[in-house]
Amino acid sequence: MVPETYYIALSAILFTIGALGVLIRRNALIIFMSVELMLNAANLAFVAFANTYEHLNGQIIVFFVIAVAAAEVAVGLALIVAIFKSKRSIDVDQMSSLKG
Amino acid sequence: MLLSEATTTGFFFLAPWIVFFPVIGLLLNIIIGGRLSERGIGWLASGASFASFVVSVLLAYSVWIGHGQSESVFLAEWMHVGNLSLDWTFRVDTLSTVMMLVVSGVGTLIHIYAIGYMHEDVRFKNDPGRYRRFFVFLNLFIAMMMILVSGDSYLMLFVGWEGVGLCSFLLIGFWYDMDTLGRPSWANSNAGNKAFITNRIGDFGFLIAGFLMFWYLGSFQFDQVFAAAPELAHAHPEIVVAITLFMLIGVAGKSAQIPLYVWLPDAMAGPTPVSALIHAATMVTAGVYLVTRSAPLYTLVPESQYVVAIVGAATALFAATIAVGQYDIKKVLAYSTISQLGFMVAAVGMGAYVAGMFHLITHAFFKALLFLSAGSVILGLERGHHHLAHHGDEHNDHHEEVFDPGDMRNMGGLRKTMSTTFWLYIVGTLALAGTFPFAGFWSKDEILLDAKLHYPTVYWMLTIAAFFTAFYMGRQIWMVFFGQPRHEAAAHAQESPKIMTIPLMVLAALSLLGGGLNLPFKGFHTMGHWLAYTLSESEALPLDLQVAGVSTALVLLAILVSWLIYGRKPLKAGQPDPLKKPLGFIFTGMENKWFVDEGYQAAIIKPFKKLSYFLADVVDWRFWHDWFHEKVIAGTYIWLSNIALNKYADQRGIDAFANGLGTVTKNLSASMRRVQNGFVRSYALSVLLGVVLILGYLLLK
Repeated sequence: MVPETYYIALSAILFTIGALGVLIRRNALIIFMSVELMLNAANLAFVAFANTYEHLNGQIIVFFVIAVAAAEVAVGLALIVAIFKSKRSIDVDQMSSLKG
Repeated sequence: MLLSEATTTGFFFLAPWIVFFPVIGLLLNIIIGGRLSERGIGWLASGASFASFVVSVLLAYSVWIGHGQSESVFLAEWMHVGNLSLDWTFRVDTLSTVMMLVVSGVGTLIHIYAIGYMHEDVRFKNDPGRYRRFFVFLNLFIAMMMILVSGDSYLMLFVGWEGVGLCSFLLIGFWYDMDTLGRPSWANSNAGNKAFITNRIGDFGFLIAGFLMFWYLGSFQFDQVFAAAPELAHAHPEIVVAITLFMLIGVAGKSAQIPLYVWLPDAMAGPTPVSALIHAATMVTAGVYLVTRSAPLYTLVPESQYVVAIVGAATALFAATIAVGQYDIKKVLAYSTISQLGFMVAAVGMGAYVAGMFHLITHAFFKALLFLSAGSVILGLERGHHHLAHHGDEHNDHHEEVFDPGDMRNMGGLRKTMSTTFWLYIVGTLALAGTFPFAGFWSKDEILLDAKLHYPTVYWMLTIAAFFTAFYMGRQIWMVFFGQPRHEAAAHAQESPKIMTIPLMVLAALSLLGGGLNLPFKGFHTMGHWLAYTLSESEALPLDLQVAGVSTALVLLAILVSWLIYGRKPLKAGQPDPLKKPLGFIFTGMENKWFVDEGYQAAIIKPFKKLSYFLADVVDWRFWHDWFHEKVIAGTYIWLSNIALNKYADQRGIDAFANGLGTVTKNLSASMRRVQNGFVRSYALSVLLGVVLILGYLLLK
C-alpha cells in the first residue's frame, strides 16, 4: 500500500508545475492545460484524503470538480477561439487592452 | 331680522355699517372709479357717506326707543393676551350717536360740495387725475372718524384717532408738490408733516395715559375703566390726575390747543372741503369728544378739570387775537376754529359736557358753512383771475403775476358778484359771532353761563375771546364783501354752481336753527336730556339774561367797531391794515401769530436739530461708525481673520492637511499603478503569492 504522503507530494508537485505553467507560459492553450493540471492535482489530493479518512465527501467533491472543469473547458476554449479570431494569436501578453 | 321686529327692538345690528359703507365706497372708487365720470366718483363717495348717515339715524332712533340705554355691538375679536382682551366692539349710546350724526351728516354735505369744488380745483391746479384720490381719502376719513366715535374702548378710539390723523396728513398734503398758490414747492407736504408730527406728540400723551390706565385700572374698555376709577382716585388720586393730564396732551394735539395748536393754521394748505370737514367740523373735535367720553375720570379730579378749562380758555383768547391780524381768508377761519375749540375744551373742562357737545355740533354747522363759503369765494376769485388771463388781452400783466385767491387784501366788493355766497357767509358769521337767534348764540351762551357759575376767570377770558370773535369776523365781512374790488380778479369773480351752494344752504339752515337742539328754557333741553343718559349730568341751566346781555352787547359793539375801522372807509388796494398804525407792535404780533412758530423754531426745533446733528454726526457717524464699528469691530475682525485664522489656522493648518492628503494619495497611487501592468500572469502570480501567504500564515500560526 502506497502511503498517502506520496499522493499528497505528487499532488503538490503537479500543482506547482501547473502554477508555474500558468505564470510562465504565454500560450493560452498551455496555460489552460496548466490550470487543468492544478485542478487534477487538487482532485488527487481529495481522493487521497478520502481514502485515508474513509469518507465519501472528498470523492463527491472530485466529481463536482470534474463536472465544473468540463464546463470550464467549454467556456475557456470558446474564449480562446474568440481571442484568436480577433488577435490572430493566442499570446496572453497581448491581451492587455484593459490596462489602465 | 325683520323690519317690524327691528322697529321695536332697534337697529343696533346695523352698527358696523357706519364704518363699512364708507369703506365700500372707497374700495369701489379705487376699483371701478377709473371708469366712472367725475360726477360718478363724487356721487358714489357721497352716497357711501349718506348711507353711513342713514345708519346713524337708525342707531339714534334705536337708542331713543331703548330709552337711552347704551348698547355694545360686538364685531370681531382683536387680541386676547393675558388679562388684556380687546375686541372691535361698537358702542352705541347717546353720546356716540350724536357724534356719528354730526360726522356723517356734515360729512355728506361736504362730500356733495366737494363734487363741485374739486371739479374746478383740479383744473386750476392742472391735474384732474387727482379727483378720484380726493374722494377715496374723504371716504377713508369718514370710516376712521366713525371708528373713533363708535369705539368701545380707549384703544379702539385710538385706532380711529390715528386713522383720522393719517387722513388729515394725506389731505393736507393733497397737492403735495406745490404750495397753496400752485407753485412747485414742498410747502404743502411740509404742512402735512407738521400736522402729523405735532399730532404724534399729542398721541404720545394719549398713549401714556392709556398705559397708565391699563396698568392701574386693568382695562381699556370704557365701562370697566370708569367702574374701577373711583377706587383708584380714592387710593391714589395722583394717578388719575396723571392719566387725565396726559390725555389732555392728546387732546391738545388733536383739538389744536395750546401748546400744540400750531399745526392747524398750516393745515389750511389742504383743499377747502378738507379744511371744513377735518380741520373744523369733525376731526379736531375728537379731543372734545375724548374728554366728554372720559367725563367719569375727569369728574374725579377737579385739578385736571381746572387745567383743561384754563388751557381751553387761554387757547380761545390767544387764537382769537391772532385771527384779528390775519389776511388769508382761511387762516382767519383756522384761528377762529382754534379759538372755538378752546371754548369747547374749556366747557368740557368745567364739567359742562352738554354745553361743550352742543357747541361742538353748532360749530360743526356754522364753521363748515364758513369754510365752504370761503372755498366758494376763493374759487370765485380763481374764476375771475382765469377769466382775465384768457380774455383780457389788455391786462397782459396778469399772466405772470402770482395771484393769491385767498388773500383778503385782493378781495372787496364781492357782495355784488357773489351774492349767494355773501348771504351764506353772513349767516355763518352771525352764528359764529353768537348773535341771537343763531345756533352759535345758544351754545356759546351756555358755555359762558357755566363758566360764570364755576370759574369766573374762565368766564372773563371767554367773554373777551367772544368779543374778538365778533370783531375779526366783522373785519372779514367788510374786507371781503364790501367796499370796492382791490384786484381785477375780485371785480370779475363769478358765483359758484348750485352743487356747491345747495349744501351750503342746508348748512346755513342748520346754523340758523341748530340752537333749537338745546334751548335754555324749561322743557327744551333736548340735548341735555339726550346726553344725560350717557353722562349722568343733567345740569339744565335757565337763560341768564345778564350773561346773554353782556355777550350780545359785546358782539354788537365788536361789529360796530369793525365797521368803524373797516366798513366805513373800505381798504384801498395796497393800503396797510388800518389797525397797524394805532396798535403798533401789538398788531405786528397778531399779524405774525405772536411769533409762536418762530419761538418753537428757536426753542425746540433748532436745539432739537442741533442735537440730532450731534447725535448723527459725532455720536453715530464718527464714534459708532468710524471708530467703533470700523476701527474696533471691523479692524479686530479683519486682523483676526486675516492673520490668525487665514494665515495660521487656515493656510498652515487646514490647507496643509488637505493638500497633504492629496499629495499622499497621489504618490501612493503613482506607485500602486505600476502593479496594474495588464499582464494576466503577474496578476495570477500575486494571487498565488497571496494564497501562499495566507495559507502559510494559517499553517504556521
